[in-house]
Amino acid sequence: MRLKREALIDHAVLIAGSLFMMLPLLMVLQMTTVPDTEIIKTGPSLKIGDQLDDNFHKAMFEASGFSGENTGMSMLKNSFILGIGFALGKIIIGMMAAYAIVYFRLRFATLAFWLIFTTLLLPLEVRILPSYEVVQWLGMLNTYQGLIIPLIASATATFFFRQFFRSVPEELVEAARMDGAGPVKFFIDILVPLSKTMIAAMFIIMFVYGWNQYLWPTMITTEEDMYTLVRGIKQIVQVLEGAVVPEYGRSNVLALVAVIPPVLVVIFFQSWFVKGLTESDK
Amino acid sequence: MTHVTLKDIQKTYPNGFNALEPSSFSIEQGEFAVLVGPSGCGKSTLLRMVAGLEEISGGELRIAGRVVNDVDPADRDIAMVFQNYALYPHMTVSKNIGYGLKNRGIDKGVIEAKVAEAANMLNLTDYLDRKPSQLSGGQRQRVAMGRAIVRDPEVFLFDEPLSNLDAKLRNQMRIEIRALQRRLGVTSIYVTHDQVEAMTMADRIIVMNAGKIEQIGTPAEVYHSPASTFVASFMGAPPMNLLEAERNGQRLHLHGQDICAAPDAGSVTVGIRPEDLIPDPAGPLQMQVEIVEELGANRLLHGTMGGDRITVHLPNTVPAAAGPLTLKMKEGALSLFDAVSGKRL
Repeated sequence: MRLKREALIDHAVLIAGSLFMMLPLLMVLQMTTVPDTEIIKTGPSLKIGDQLDDNFHKAMFEASGFSGENTGMSMLKNSFILGIGFALGKIIIGMMAAYAIVYFRLRFATLAFWLIFTTLLLPLEVRILPSYEVVQWLGMLNTYQGLIIPLIASATATFFFRQFFRSVPEELVEAARMDGAGPVKFFIDILVPLSKTMIAAMFIIMFVYGWNQYLWPTMITTEEDMYTLVRGIKQIVQVLEGAVVPEYGRSNVLALVAVIPPVLVVIFFQSWFVKGLTESDK
Repeated sequence: MTHVTLKDIQKTYPNGFNALEPSSFSIEQGEFAVLVGPSGCGKSTLLRMVAGLEEISGGELRIAGRVVNDVDPADRDIAMVFQNYALYPHMTVSKNIGYGLKNRGIDKGVIEAKVAEAANMLNLTDYLDRKPSQLSGGQRQRVAMGRAIVRDPEVFLFDEPLSNLDAKLRNQMRIEIRALQRRLGVTSIYVTHDQVEAMTMADRIIVMNAGKIEQIGTPAEVYHSPASTFVASFMGAPPMNLLEAERNGQRLHLHGQDICAAPDAGSVTVGIRPEDLIPDPAGPLQMQVEIVEELGANRLLHGTMGGDRITVHLPNTVPAAAGPLTLKMKEGALSLFDAVSGKRL
């Protein structure tokens, strides 16, 4: 009996918590179903309207802005390129840097590591003006490279992979040497497969981080066909401010679309994520 | 035919620590040599230098007639079995065994045949598609052996391969490894800190202590004529009894009892194996038995003689009880050591 009551309380707490988290999203969903004027007139309500289909179509396939090039689909594409490009770039560069630091007797390996490490103290937001200068000087404004590369320059992945590589038993390296595996072979045949769970965990974190970038894309993309979702939503509301009613329905659809991929990535990689952080496969 | 030759091999670490004094020995073709010693004695360092995992600070290492001091481990034609097996956790057993061959660019069909042959030899055929994490300790050890066998190397190197196994499995694997090595006839160097392993497996034992070789010899030689008090106390369980003797003219006395002729040396330590002491009412030695340890077929009597601790090893046919016991020594069973240097006289 006691157990049952405890389970009841547990569930109540969990349900309250999920509602608390879900409610804003549900409100957004509700607002996409009613006409924009309705929102202005009545504010939040429980009424489910019939505008969802219409709003979705407008948001995803009709262009807004001046050039008419930033449909929801193009923004979605740009967001994916940023999220995936950033995550992959970070993982590849982080792994290779960590490999060099951990496995090679470099002269200034420790110094190099700490130099890399200090970049943790300098996220893009801190160095945003000089970064902008450099990117502009390199002619990378309004390009995917310009969007992705400056974000990659930070030590998080290198740091995590370094810690992970250091936990790989020394004998494995020696056995591979005996088996005639050179540095490149060891990296590709042994280290990368061993890091699978770690890579998955990194991918989740980095993808979501890249996907949610706002400030940097806002600065670096001025052409509308380069907009990402997170940056584009704001633009819709802003552009149409003035005497007209803002397109709440449309921007709310985009907000929902922007939420879904990170959620899917987390769900898909979840088991790997937990594995990567807790158990090791060695 | 000499197969592995070490000439004045030494190891000094950059911080000046001398891990290995200049050491020389050679191992015959097909011989099973065991390096044994307490932890930190330099035996693993020595093995790792032969493997090429540790740089050689001085001296010359030859494998199959070729000087290999500066040759990459992969090109020394050796294979090594590690203490924690060092299997690649993400590869199946067959990939683990075949990885070294694959890296050498050997034809796929040939690799498969060789892997199958090795697996057959090691009773691993049913496990070829499993990952190491799905295997027991003994099976993992066998996979590690398989990885060494398929390469068909000049020399096998074993770095305490059995220390992660439980006692029963260890005894079994000991026999398996030895039988396999005999069958393949591959020259082997085996490192262990377990003197029982050394005694039971070796053709020749190399006893090491504090970065120096103390003695090289067959198990019988090392056991019956230890070259120093260190070897005497390290090899054999229980170890040799070491007692201070008094000199009395031309004779040596042990607690007032005349035991043998005195050698031309200063003070002398007498060593005698526990099984070389026999109860005899007419014997010269008096022992006070404190504890009787039952081992089934045998008994160990622990006690004192004068002020020294002493152990006697008896078959279970001889009655034993705590209290006084009179002993005699087996003929020719005494080892005499210089009490200062510890060297055999």
